[in-house]
Amino acid sequence: MKNRPYAQAIGAGEPLPERGRGPAPHRRSALSRRRTATALLFASPWIVGFCVFLLYPLCASIYYSFCDYSVLRPPVWVGADNYRTLINDEVFWTALVNTVVYAVLALPSSLVVALSLSLLLNARVAGMALYRTFFFVPSLVPQVALAILWLWLFNGEHGMINEALKVIGIRNPPNWLGDPNWSKPALVLLGVWGVGGAVVIYLAGLQDVPQHLYEAADLDGAGWWARTWHVTLPMLSPVILFNLIMGIIGTLQIFTVPYVMFPGGSPARSTYFYTMYLFDNAFIYHKMGYACAMGWIMFALILVLTLIALKASSRHVYYGGG
Amino acid sequence: MDLRRLATLFAVAVLGLTVWISERIVAPPVPGGRVHVIYWEKWTGIEADAMRAVVDSFNRSQDKIFVELLTISDVGNKTLLATAGGDPPDVAGLWGANVAQYADDDAIVPLDSWCAKYGINRSQYIPVYWNTGFYDGHVYALPTTPASTALHYNRALFRSARLDPDKPPATLDELDADAAKITKIENGHVEVAGFLPAEPGWWNWGWGYVFGGRLWDGNSRITANDPANVRAFAWIQSYPKKYGSTELQTFRSGFGNVSSPQNAFMDSKVAMELQGVWMYNFITKYSPNLDWAATPFPHPADRPDLKGVTFCDEDILVIPRGAKHPNEAFEFIRYVQSQPGMELLCMGQRKHSPLSHVSEQFWRTHPNPFIRLFADLAKSPRAVQDPQLALWPEYQAELVNAFDEVMLVQKTPQQALDEVQARMQPKMDEYLRRMKQRGERR
Repeated sequence: MKNRPYAQAIGAGEPLPERGRGPAPHRRSALSRRRTATALLFASPWIVGFCVFLLYPLCASIYYSFCDYSVLRPPVWVGADNYRTLINDEVFWTALVNTVVYAVLALPSSLVVALSLSLLLNARVAGMALYRTFFFVPSLVPQVALAILWLWLFNGEHGMINEALKVIGIRNPPNWLGDPNWSKPALVLLGVWGVGGAVVIYLAGLQDVPQHLYEAADLDGAGWWARTWHVTLPMLSPVILFNLIMGIIGTLQIFTVPYVMFPGGSPARSTYFYTMYLFDNAFIYHKMGYACAMGWIMFALILVLTLIALKASSRHVYYGGG
Repeated sequence: MDLRRLATLFAVAVLGLTVWISERIVAPPVPGGRVHVIYWEKWTGIEADAMRAVVDSFNRSQDKIFVELLTISDVGNKTLLATAGGDPPDVAGLWGANVAQYADDDAIVPLDSWCAKYGINRSQYIPVYWNTGFYDGHVYALPTTPASTALHYNRALFRSARLDPDKPPATLDELDADAAKITKIENGHVEVAGFLPAEPGWWNWGWGYVFGGRLWDGNSRITANDPANVRAFAWIQSYPKKYGSTELQTFRSGFGNVSSPQNAFMDSKVAMELQGVWMYNFITKYSPNLDWAATPFPHPADRPDLKGVTFCDEDILVIPRGAKHPNEAFEFIRYVQSQPGMELLCMGQRKHSPLSHVSEQFWRTHPNPFIRLFADLAKSPRAVQDPQLALWPEYQAELVNAFDEVMLVQKTPQQALDEVQARMQPKMDEYLRRMKQRGERR
């Protein structure tokens, strides 16, 4: 054993059993079974966790979405009742429209701001590591703390944002938290503040843009804009697509910040988002079956939007490898 | 023994020791032989201290049961999930508004047999506080501390507006007139408000009761757009129409938390507020020099019969389904319901007692100068409790949204309440249909 080659020790070098030879297949399969068992044993914490905390709840929630289920009583099968009721539920549509409007406002602005910041932070300037840290740190702030902080910044009476707006001559700045017309823009602004995570991903993508492409562009007399448009953005397109898809998923599931900042989706349900209504149905109204149906509708929506994004991007995304 | 084996043995020993020590640290000091009753309660601060005193007193009073009080945040949901998981506490301290929903969900057990056994009945309580725990013909909960509401007013602001601080408004017309005199507007900006219907905002759903309205017929019909409710919402809308919706929203956004010195009432930003008996605690803590008083909330001038409308709520004790020691749990609940136990608790929390008989010493030593007013209001036939509807949380959310729309002058009161009616009645019908489908509807 001592001098046995490593490949042989792990079984890679063992001769393949010849067809018709007796005990070899048995020995091989016993060894193979043992190794599989060992591998499964090591993977078991994840497998058990996945099955218990993800797979089973996922499957159960499909079933419950067709049931009248309050968690404490046994589920009663009601067929597609929950889905039918949802279609006629005005609050469901309000929450869905609020969420889509927010996503339409927040997604492009976050993408553009994150991309612009990453282009700036990719410049060769002294102290760049510090600047990068400044922009990344907000994305580390816990969501609840973030919400409380921005409650004060957006305060209509004493908020710093309105004070700043007054300084630049806006006499009647908006009441961000109390006016239904400004509550969603307030959340978009807040979302833009936390783009640090996306910036880091863009920066990583920017490091991968081959220098020879820039050199070739220089030789062709390309300026900053031409280099960005014809070299940087095409080479960054897979990263933009990644951030777009993550953004779709994230914005459609916005919950914590509006839940803390705008109790009940106030004012007048202008910030009542899909996940807030789902949460209320599940845990406040005890309509878990209804909430499960909402969950699956959201899953379908995100899936469709992601597939559309992937399909639509196929002509615009350039993968360097092929 | 090689080094690796020794290290493994050491690691296992350290792990075991850690587990043992942590268990010793967190394990309650249950005296031997006693039944260990777990009690989840929402309170912190002086409220938790008051209940802890009662628990300690109970634990000292006998040698068979030991109650352990645990403060749990979001106690309603956690109790529900623990019950669903088959491991609930023996006693849970929930809110009165939870009773119908939790009873319908089969999350709590009826207390009838224990009440009958120990002679606990309606006659021993102020009716509204007994009724809160009584649902569908069963006692599901018994009270801990109750609360009723009254108009709190700032006497100093009354004086500065040349109003007699000893003559608070008795009718809504007087309230509006006094509010107009106190309200200060400078450069279109509200500096002080006499009264704001949206402050503190906890009864935005219930203004209809002040005008004699009701929210359902007690059976199957939602009555959100009852004419009296519409009248109430029209009164509410008169404020944003008079002072400006945006101006009021901006003014309100500058208020701090209820339990902070920046509270609008304690900060003398709002002169009159509908507030509960607990307000005394906040005032003594955050604004001890505030010159204030409490009086019954005014009634419409043309409806003197509506004098004394008050919103009553209470914290309750329930036994979740699946509790391991229900009998012992009820022993503790019974102790809380005794006059000495209840007075110890209510005095500690500086509230009135939900019991109909209260000792003279309780009144004499109670620090809140208006405590008798709150108790008398609770006894009024106009005392209002949350509708005992399993759909109440949803209905309440709809009414609060309608209130918002009316305050923002987005909709007329009739429109806003018609929409609530149109949304809630089908939900009520659906709820009744499903209960019938389960074969459980009364």
